[in-house]
This record gives sequence, structure tokens and C-alpha cells, in this order.
Amino acid sequence: MNRKTFVAAARAAFPHTLPVMAGYLVLGFGFGLLLQSKGYGVGWALLMSVFIFAGSMQYVAVDLLATGAGLISAALMTLMINARHLFYGIGMLVRYRDMGKAKPYLIFGLTDETYGLVSHLDPPEGVPAEQFYFAITLMDQLWWIIGSVAGALFGQVAALPTEGVDFAMTALFLVIVLDNLMKQETRGSTLAGMACSLLCLLIFGADGFLIPSMLLITAVLLAARRFGRCASGEGGSV
Amino acid sequence: MNVPHSLALIAVIAAVTVALRFLPFLLFPAGKPLPPVLMYMGKVLPGATMGMLLVYCLRNTKITQAPHGIPELIACALTACVYLWKRNVLASIVTGTAVYMILVQVVF
Repeated sequence: MNRKTFVAAARAAFPHTLPVMAGYLVLGFGFGLLLQSKGYGVGWALLMSVFIFAGSMQYVAVDLLATGAGLISAALMTLMINARHLFYGIGMLVRYRDMGKAKPYLIFGLTDETYGLVSHLDPPEGVPAEQFYFAITLMDQLWWIIGSVAGALFGQVAALPTEGVDFAMTALFLVIVLDNLMKQETRGSTLAGMACSLLCLLIFGADGFLIPSMLLITAVLLAARRFGRCASGEGGSV
Repeated sequence: MNVPHSLALIAVIAAVTVALRFLPFLLFPAGKPLPPVLMYMGKVLPGATMGMLLVYCLRNTKITQAPHGIPELIACALTACVYLWKRNVLASIVTGTAVYMILVQVVF
């Protein structure tokens, strides 16, 4: 990679990553703190943020680690939570077609936020696209790593009474759900997901409801597609 | 802490995540059109999964035993109010979590 053009690429990329920096530093910090509260220190935070690099999944992963979840249910959980990434990839097929050596890393780093940036940003004149997207992806991951390592370190040093810090994860998903409920196009599917999961929670109990929920949600969504529209008016026509 | 099992869990989560991110580039190299059912699931699955995760997060709340889920209710209501008022994700998460921590450590 040409060093001179990479400096230009990094300069062009940096301001675009600032909103992601704010979000990743805070959410990453919360993740590190949560992980530390379950007895997993800085090394684990670093390992996960380098190799998984998926925000909401890493919050769920803390829970999977702490409860010693089975590998198959962890795989299914990841499949459900990160299935949306399939569609980020689809959205980037054309833009990332000729990305050369950086391509595998660009694809690896397609988080929600990074996709949000690279899907609509074009490199400024004189900056190679490959280096521009590489700089954005790398900076985003750095913010995430710095946030999570800082959170784990802080949790270790400050020895805070951390009981209840888990609520950060609840609050994160609550906010996303609220946002979904306010939008016509996601209201039906979000309500369906909540209803199916509540039903399975009542039937199967807290320790075994997740896999039945995933199956029921998939079945209900496919049925909604086949038998017309969801209550909110989405689905049937796609 | 079971270190080998924890490492295996992280490896599985990482592998599935990476597979999902790479799959489209392997399956549709020349921009082949997508099967309609996949397009549809891509639209509806993310919302449904978030609904499921919210239930998952609250799955251990015991409504029939003290404190009857009251800390969760208060913290969720507060998180929602701050979000609806300020439309700021981070501010509502930080506020809700701080209040929840105070509730479970000091009040209940």
C-alpha cells in the first residue's frame, strides 16, 4: 500500500468516523465493563473485539460466556443476530468488487456502523477507494477496541460495585426496538419477534426458550409473507 | 471460568459472524439477482431479532417474587422516556443503566 496516498486516505476518512467513534467508545466501554464484571479481563475484551467485531453480538456473547452456553446454541444465536450482515454484504457487492488486497478485511469489518459509512461515502478525488474504505474500517475497529479495552481496564482498576451493569444491554435493545416500533416498515416484524419470544418464554422458561423462539419467528415471518401482509401492512409484496 | 470452552465459544461466534459477512461475496460474485425469499427475510429478520433480544435480556425478571420486576420497569421506562425526549441512544442507555444500578444496589 502506497504510504503517501494512505495518509491522504486516513485524513479523508477520519472526520467521517467521528460519530462512530463516539458510539463505539461508549458502547465498547460498556461491553468491557460488563465483560470484566463476569470475571473476563482485558485480554478477553481485546480478543473478542479483534476477532468478532460485532457490537450487539459481543454484548450477547458476554452472557453466553458467563452462562457457559452450548456451542450450537451460540452458533444459532449468532446466526439470528448477525443475519442482517448478509444484506450489508449484498449492498456492497458492486462497490467492493475491485478492492484488491484489502478486500477480505473490508468484508470482515462490515459492522452496522461501518456499513452505514461506506455504503454512501465516495472517496475524495486523488484518494484510492481501496485505501479510503480500508482507513474507515480500520479506524472504526480501533475505536471499538479502545473502548472495550478501556472499559475492561476501568472495571478492573475501579473495582466498582457492578451489580446491574448488565442493564446496558437491555437498554441498548430497548432503544433499537423503540426506534423500530416508530417506523412503519419495521413495526410488524419487531412486534412479531417480541410476541413469539414472550410466548416461548412462558412455555419453555428462561433457559430454553431461545431456540424455539428463533424457529417460531422464522415460521411466522415466512407465513406472513405467504399469507399476505403483516398487521402493520408489510411483508406480502416482496 | 472454563477457558477452553470460552475460547471455543468466541471462535464459534467469530466464525459465524465472518461467514455471514463473506457469504454474499462468495454466492453472488457477479451481482446475480437474489432469491425473493432472501430479500424478504433481509427486510424482516433484523426487526424481529431485536424484539427477541429485548425479551432475552429481561428473561430472568421474576415478576412473582420481590421486587416484582419493579427496578426493570422503572429503568426501562426511564430509558424509553430519555430516548423519546432527546433521541440520543447513548444518553438514554447511560441514564437507564445508572438508575438501574442504583435501584438494585441501594434501593431494593
